[in-house]
Amino acid sequence: MAETAHSEPLLTTPLHHVHVTMGGKMVGFAGYDMPVQYPLGILGEHNWTRENAGLFDVSHMGQSYIVSGDGSHETVARAVETMIPADILNLSLGQQRYSQLLNAEGGILDDLMVTRHADPANAGALILVVNAACKEQDYAHIAARLPAGVVLKRRDDQALLALQGPKAASVLAAHAPEVMEMPFMSARDALIEGVHAYVSRSGYTGEDGFEISVKADEAGRIWGALLADDRVKAIGLGARDSLRLEAGLCLYGHDIDTTTSPVEGALTWSIQKRRREEGGFPGAARIQKELREGTARLRVGIRPEGRQPAREGAEIMAGGRKIGIVTSGGFGPTVNGPVGMGYVETAFAAPGTPVTLLVRGKELPAQVAKLPFVPNRFYRGVK
Amino acid sequence: MTTKYTKDHEYIRVEGDVGIVGITDYAQQQLGDVVFVDLPAKGKKVAKGAEAAVVESVKAASEIYAPVSGEVVEVNGALEAAPATVNEDSAGAGWFLKLKLADKSELDGLMSEAEYEAYLKTIS
Repeated sequence: MAETAHSEPLLTTPLHHVHVTMGGKMVGFAGYDMPVQYPLGILGEHNWTRENAGLFDVSHMGQSYIVSGDGSHETVARAVETMIPADILNLSLGQQRYSQLLNAEGGILDDLMVTRHADPANAGALILVVNAACKEQDYAHIAARLPAGVVLKRRDDQALLALQGPKAASVLAAHAPEVMEMPFMSARDALIEGVHAYVSRSGYTGEDGFEISVKADEAGRIWGALLADDRVKAIGLGARDSLRLEAGLCLYGHDIDTTTSPVEGALTWSIQKRRREEGGFPGAARIQKELREGTARLRVGIRPEGRQPAREGAEIMAGGRKIGIVTSGGFGPTVNGPVGMGYVETAFAAPGTPVTLLVRGKELPAQVAKLPFVPNRFYRGVK
Repeated sequence: MTTKYTKDHEYIRVEGDVGIVGITDYAQQQLGDVVFVDLPAKGKKVAKGAEAAVVESVKAASEIYAPVSGEVVEVNGALEAAPATVNEDSAGAGWFLKLKLADKSELDGLMSEAEYEAYLKTIS
């Protein structure tokens, strides 16, 4: 059994001592000392989240506001739209979108969530949530490109919790009934245990759920109040990874990076019609061309036959040659088998296409698969 | 019968000139839920310290090294259908493979149970 040691000092979240007390197995992730699992273990935590409600500390992620001195949403939206390909201008109050920070070549510098603040008193404020490993570069990149009068305010004073799973809504509504009917990808203020929280109905597990932003010194209280509900268990990064992989969601630095465009990454759905037509984002010429003509490679799901997982870096073969590479791979507890994603030449991207995966010198039979592996269960409102 | 241990947390339980190789309880705890074990072909010759098998947890793949040199004479086929046996009974039903020892004197370089217990205290 090989192990690797980490020696550089790690940052901690406001809940670090809670994870240690709960028996969390702490590992270095994106510069933070984070729980990869609790005593329940990754399989148990994964399945608990799919069946009940899982509570995650995601305070390592970067929260910031973009605000304009003139209080105008249009000013802020147009500034941010020069860096990302999503339609921000037409966000309604409290509406949230997934997007990507792009470099001049249309490669992905990071993926992020952008929310227009729900409170009219905060009109003109956008809330960004970016990946922990990228946040310093992201903030520098964004700040350097904002026009005069528009500023990025780091919200390092805020913790971020995620409550995910089919029982998340009823658990959180027991504290804050106003969250029950929030549609997926919307945000609002809420009071939880008398604590002011900014809640969005989103997450990264494919399940219904919420992300809850609270002041760092209130995080322990909210964490404890939610965990006191016997439908809730604490979930570590290990299960977060298997949940997002089954849900077909990208992990930055693995499934997408500066060498991949949003079109190659099968994220075209996150570029709204107005932006596709108008452009005006970095790499627009390349991305508009890719939208018209397609790309040479595409991100797809990969389903190995049998029980053996193929990990990141495994080569994808067809007709005796390499046609792609696995970018995330592991075991999907809900699928009860190995799952992965990766890039293949577009001619091989149709679901059901037989391929083989090179794992430790052996060819493992697999198929290109439709994503997600487990159907999303987002809450779209009362039908 | 004698059981010896490596610093990489493999054990070898020697009966005559055959050793049963597996991972220790500490190792299975560190790995977490085992979902697949990639076992070598019967008849394969492995050198001491070379990769003998790969154990896959939900999170990662980890190499299992041969504690001593030898020839694989049997593998635990039951792990294919029930890989979690490695978690449940690593010292017993969760064994990986049986090695016909090439050089019994190589065992002298491994730790006894008491030495391994002491070693665990130094790393945790």
